[in-house]
Amino acid sequence: MSYDKELYQQVILDHNKKPRNFREMEDATHSCHGYNPLCGDDYTVYLKISPDNIIEDASFMGSGCAISKSSSSMMTAFLKGKTTEEAKVAFEEFHRMVTGDMDPEKEDHHLGKLKLFVGVREFSSRVKCASLSWHSMVGALEKNEKVTTE
Amino acid sequence: MTDTAVQAAPFDLEKIRADFPVLKQMVHGKPLVYLDNAATTQKPWAVIDRVHKFDSEEYGTVRRGAYFLSEGSTRMYDEARKKVAGLLGTPDPNEIIFTSGTTQAINLVAHSFGKAFVKEGDEIIISNIEHHANTVPWQVCCEERGAKLKVIPVNDRGELILEEYEKLLNPRTKIVAVNHVSNALGTVNPIRQIIEMAHKVGARVLIDGAQSTPHMQLDVKALDCDFYTFSGHKMYGPSGIGGLYGRMELLKEMPPYVTGGDMIQQVTIEKTTYNPPPSRFEAGTPPISQVIGLGAAVDYLQGLGLDKIADYEHSLLEYGTRKLSEIPEIRIIGTAREKASILSFVSDVIHPHDVVTLLDQDGIACRGGHHCAQPTMQRYQVPATTRASVSFYNKYEELDALAESLRKAIKLFS
Repeated sequence: MSYDKELYQQVILDHNKKPRNFREMEDATHSCHGYNPLCGDDYTVYLKISPDNIIEDASFMGSGCAISKSSSSMMTAFLKGKTTEEAKVAFEEFHRMVTGDMDPEKEDHHLGKLKLFVGVREFSSRVKCASLSWHSMVGALEKNEKVTTE
Repeated sequence: MTDTAVQAAPFDLEKIRADFPVLKQMVHGKPLVYLDNAATTQKPWAVIDRVHKFDSEEYGTVRRGAYFLSEGSTRMYDEARKKVAGLLGTPDPNEIIFTSGTTQAINLVAHSFGKAFVKEGDEIIISNIEHHANTVPWQVCCEERGAKLKVIPVNDRGELILEEYEKLLNPRTKIVAVNHVSNALGTVNPIRQIIEMAHKVGARVLIDGAQSTPHMQLDVKALDCDFYTFSGHKMYGPSGIGGLYGRMELLKEMPPYVTGGDMIQQVTIEKTTYNPPPSRFEAGTPPISQVIGLGAAVDYLQGLGLDKIADYEHSLLEYGTRKLSEIPEIRIIGTAREKASILSFVSDVIHPHDVVTLLDQDGIACRGGHHCAQPTMQRYQVPATTRASVSFYNKYEELDALAESLRKAIKLFS
């Protein structure tokens, strides 16, 4: 199988064409804007987090390539119902996977379907596309933590 | 099969391709199709061998040592300057200043010309389709000197609107800085007219020639331009070398940009006097091997003939434009009547970054992004484009391969 087929799998292409949770969120408790100046991918990630740290809703808006858009789409779907701690663990695992430090077929992880993005590790120029909204998600969480600890 | 109605290359294409060793390789199992020549060009054996010979047999410092190697190096270094002067069309090699490339050349002018000639309330004109290298230095210059930056607008085809340019010109205009060929759209700007109009109000003109120098016959004297910049790595020479043509009467009035060794007449603790141009603007040990390589690249280009290169590349561009126009999902950005070597396009179906990743799987090297020209992207309301840029070593068949690979990518995403 060629790498491009591994990168552009049907599920990824489908999420690019019909992104889930692709909307602004008026009652978001957290949001963070992510921009990749190198290639212009530009998204805002919105989260609605309950007082007991459950992500009740997640969405995103913006523009960019298929990898960044489908990654954002699948991330928001994944996050719903997770705790903020689980979200952070998933970020670490996802990041390690796309940078080639974690093989989802050989190591335990909590990524489920998100392991589809493993193909990105063969394309160093596309790692930022896949991880942009994940960084924004963590950015949104951290901003909030800072606010709550004050 | 390639259309028969195309002009054959005016030289032995296979022989020329054999001059460029990098072109022979396979990428992901497919023959390399190199279409990112606007970003950087590949090097012929003539350049590779010349640099190798120089580094292994002839290398010495320039303008310093009174010994065999240094004297030889100095002579070859000066000869390279003459070659570049000949390519650009000035009889005076001292009007050529070596820099690390176009970016540094424009920074040099923005700094030194700015310091000497731009005062508070003055105006500087650029265009809406400039590379960041011909935008940011002028923004900084304006900020530092209290001058105003004005921008020539473009029409939907990507052509500068000269009527609007005329309205921007006035006695406060100190310098107009535009490219000869737009790196994002391929527009060839009417620089002769732009220069003439600027000179009427007493303004000087800098032409960013990064994209034009390897593609067309130039004559800075006939153009009557004041500054012209170029990059070695975009004209089949080494990276890290390029330069500036500057009108001598202006260079003499301009203070140094970088100071240090080699650009001085005399240094005492109290005061330093500077060398005349070009040495005044070439502080420190220059990139000697790169200059020698650049000289070899100039010889190579002139051996092929810039007019022949321009003719053939124009046919390639027309052919590629036709091939891409046949794909309904593709929209070409930049449809100026005068264009050179660059095909920029977008598709609603697939983003440029996905395009270039998929093209790469077919061995095709194209650029996807904003091409360091974000104001141009903003003007055409696209986040990025895919850019194919041709060279005289490209073949019509390679543009067929590009079109075929694009159709495949679009199908995958539809």
